[in-house]
Amino acid sequence: MLRRLAPSLRRAAASSAVQRGGGGARLPDPGLSSPHALPPQWRRCASAAASSLPPPPPTPPQGPPRHAGGGSAASSLNPAEVAKFAAIAETWWDSQGPFKPLHLMNPTRLSFIRSTLCRHFRRDPYSAKPLEGLKVIDVGCGGGILSEPLARMGATVTGIDAVEKNIKIAHIHAASDPTTASIEYCCTTAEDLVKENKQFDAVISLEVIEHVANPLEFCESLSALTVPNGATVISTINRSMRAYAAAIVGAEYILRWLPIGTHEWSKLVTPEELVLALQRASISVEEMAGFVYNPLTREWSLSDDTSINYIAYGIKKSETPPTMPHQ
Amino acid sequence: MTPTPARASAHALLRSTRCFAAANRIRPAARAFSGVPAGAADPQGGPEKVGGVRAGDDELDVAIVGGGMVGLAVACALSNMPLTKHLRVAIIDSNPALKSTNYLKKDGIPDSRVSTVTPATISFFRDIGAWEHIQQQRHAFFGKMQVWDYTGLGYTRYNARDVCKEYLGCVVENKVLCNSLLLRLQEQKEAIGKMIYPTRLESLVFPSKSRNVGGAGLKPPSTEADSLGHTSKELRRSNLVKLDLSDGQTLYSKLVVGADGSKSNVRQIAGIKTTGWSYPQSAIICTVEHTTENDCAWQRFLPSGPIALLPIGDNFSNIVWTMSPEEALRHKSMSSEDFVMAVNRALDFGYGPHPSSSSLDHYMERLFSGVGDTAASTKECFEVPPRAIGLISERMAFPLSLMHSHDYVSKRLALVGDAAHTVHPLAGQGVNLGFGDAAALAEVISEGVSVGADIGDLSLLNRYENDRKAANVAMAAVLDGFQKMYSVDFGPLNVLRAAAFHGAQYISPLKKNIISYAMGDKKSPLFS
Repeated sequence: MLRRLAPSLRRAAASSAVQRGGGGARLPDPGLSSPHALPPQWRRCASAAASSLPPPPPTPPQGPPRHAGGGSAASSLNPAEVAKFAAIAETWWDSQGPFKPLHLMNPTRLSFIRSTLCRHFRRDPYSAKPLEGLKVIDVGCGGGILSEPLARMGATVTGIDAVEKNIKIAHIHAASDPTTASIEYCCTTAEDLVKENKQFDAVISLEVIEHVANPLEFCESLSALTVPNGATVISTINRSMRAYAAAIVGAEYILRWLPIGTHEWSKLVTPEELVLALQRASISVEEMAGFVYNPLTREWSLSDDTSINYIAYGIKKSETPPTMPHQ
Repeated sequence: MTPTPARASAHALLRSTRCFAAANRIRPAARAFSGVPAGAADPQGGPEKVGGVRAGDDELDVAIVGGGMVGLAVACALSNMPLTKHLRVAIIDSNPALKSTNYLKKDGIPDSRVSTVTPATISFFRDIGAWEHIQQQRHAFFGKMQVWDYTGLGYTRYNARDVCKEYLGCVVENKVLCNSLLLRLQEQKEAIGKMIYPTRLESLVFPSKSRNVGGAGLKPPSTEADSLGHTSKELRRSNLVKLDLSDGQTLYSKLVVGADGSKSNVRQIAGIKTTGWSYPQSAIICTVEHTTENDCAWQRFLPSGPIALLPIGDNFSNIVWTMSPEEALRHKSMSSEDFVMAVNRALDFGYGPHPSSSSLDHYMERLFSGVGDTAASTKECFEVPPRAIGLISERMAFPLSLMHSHDYVSKRLALVGDAAHTVHPLAGQGVNLGFGDAAALAEVISEGVSVGADIGDLSLLNRYENDRKAANVAMAAVLDGFQKMYSVDFGPLNVLRAAAFHGAQYISPLKKNIISYAMGDKKSPLFS
């Protein structure tokens, strides 16, 4: 069901970015965004890739803030996106509410995370609590719908979210179960935690990267939060024609699963871009899987098809990364 | 970028990752970033500790109300799966039989409450390790079956060889099924005494919706939830189902399983509505004795309803005879000699002639020889069942009804077995549906544990309902014809199908009987 990321995809990651960096966009134009230019937040990444024919120097973790003042102002988060989620925060645990798609997808996302983390940390998959003793952070935890299952699997979970309201909801909801009451919820950003030199065995950030202001910096923050040889899991929506049809037209306009405007086409990230961004942040993507929805059974399952929703698992390289095999 | 070095480095990374993971396990318990103890390193199976406060023994994961066959099967299945064996499970039932620790004697007179378990149920029992206990107690496999009707026009003989199996089913006393599950549970759980609460359910309080964070917003401030042990305990319990028992104890559980039969108290408290009706029929059950061993299941459709004679080992057979309530009363009160005569009449010449090899059969055979796949048993001749020589148990009569619960689940509740559905007691068919429920529910709970779900979560439990409702409705109300039933591997229904395919299509009285029997309602407007 899952597949190892083929080396060819890694090549594709580099080459596609190079092509687009050169202005020759291959993506279909949905008519909403300018197709010929990369989203601004990707420019740095793309140009870096485009100019990466000579071996780039190993990128140091991007610790220091770009803006003065620190706090959430220095985060890669987009204030408008934060406000958007604050408005619907209270409905997090309503399985029929605006987060219905996440509730539906949750078991599938968790089975990917469970199987990859069990393999990564060599845990017994037949254990009821295979993540026992692992420090895991859920970046962009929302109401805690991922953090709670991770805690039930035995992990020592930290959940962070930039929206104060989400953290409150998550905290109250988790308190009702002894296993989840131990989750450490905190209203902060990945960047701020990096500044505090926090590190985790596994860093998980699902359906977040498409909402951040600067995905590359975000990946670098995630990397900085991961211990060497630790695991990183990221899921998001592809910027493909099918994703546009399914996640924006379908889920927002037709099915009304999501409030209109939840996802902006131009902010979506393709698997190639994600692999590249993570690679530049010293995380090598090892495995990737797509999510497909079966409208008859109303269930999601994992597949090879990453054209709409997908999830990636990578390993943070150890302190002395092997030379990039560009030459 | 060349693939080979990338791969090699990936492998190197993987190797070092393993070392890291090994080191990680030795490392003392991690601390979260704020310096607060990182909480729960719960030993599996034990009560969990939260900030030093023990989750009490009265807090459960699964509370099973009703320790009958299906309730015990749920407990047994949960204790046998790697992901669910650590769950704290309780069974609430005052039945003293739940104290049994020995095999039931094989040489006694068999109980008249028996079930015909299907191959699917047998494999479920094997999976959960309970079948070997059944093999140590009384049970009777049968490999042959004969179905015929009072009109004398048709009969069907069915043989396990036709479907390349050793048997069609197995007749087991209900008390043997219960006892085997109980013995298996005792092997799995040392402290089974603590698991079984020999009392009755007094009341049940489900967590109110307003306490959920979802709708009502930010009620309890987080500081309050954290500050004191007992406050967090209250908050925790407000999210669990509260069960008050008649001996004064109170339990709290994440999930309540209603396995308390067709008049389910749990279902009524939960306010789940049912659809159903009583048939103008009753069934008489009892045990009879023959001079020789019976090795075949027999079923004859009479004008008032079917009579079945099922082997139960040695020279004993079980009778399930459906008739009008007045007739049932009369048959129950007549002398046992008269009753045995009535049984023999009903299984032999009463109500109509034996089916004979007539021109009709040759016609049928010719008709179906072209269709191919002629089963060996089509050549077998009609046989007369062994005569009963004596009644050796009490006669029990019970009214028949069909009932189907609108919902099998709600938040923190699942109904299984007769609590969710009762069907016409066609040779103990109902209990096979119940065991199917038990297996499916345990499987769904296991899936839930694997992805860290709250096991009382409605969206998880809905998967159990979706799985079982289709199967149970198909069995209870066979409206889509025999096609849906074709997926069900069950001897007697296979026989009905065989009967339908071999002859019933062209013999309308039998056809009507079979369909209305399978439908469970002769008065169904669709067939009038």
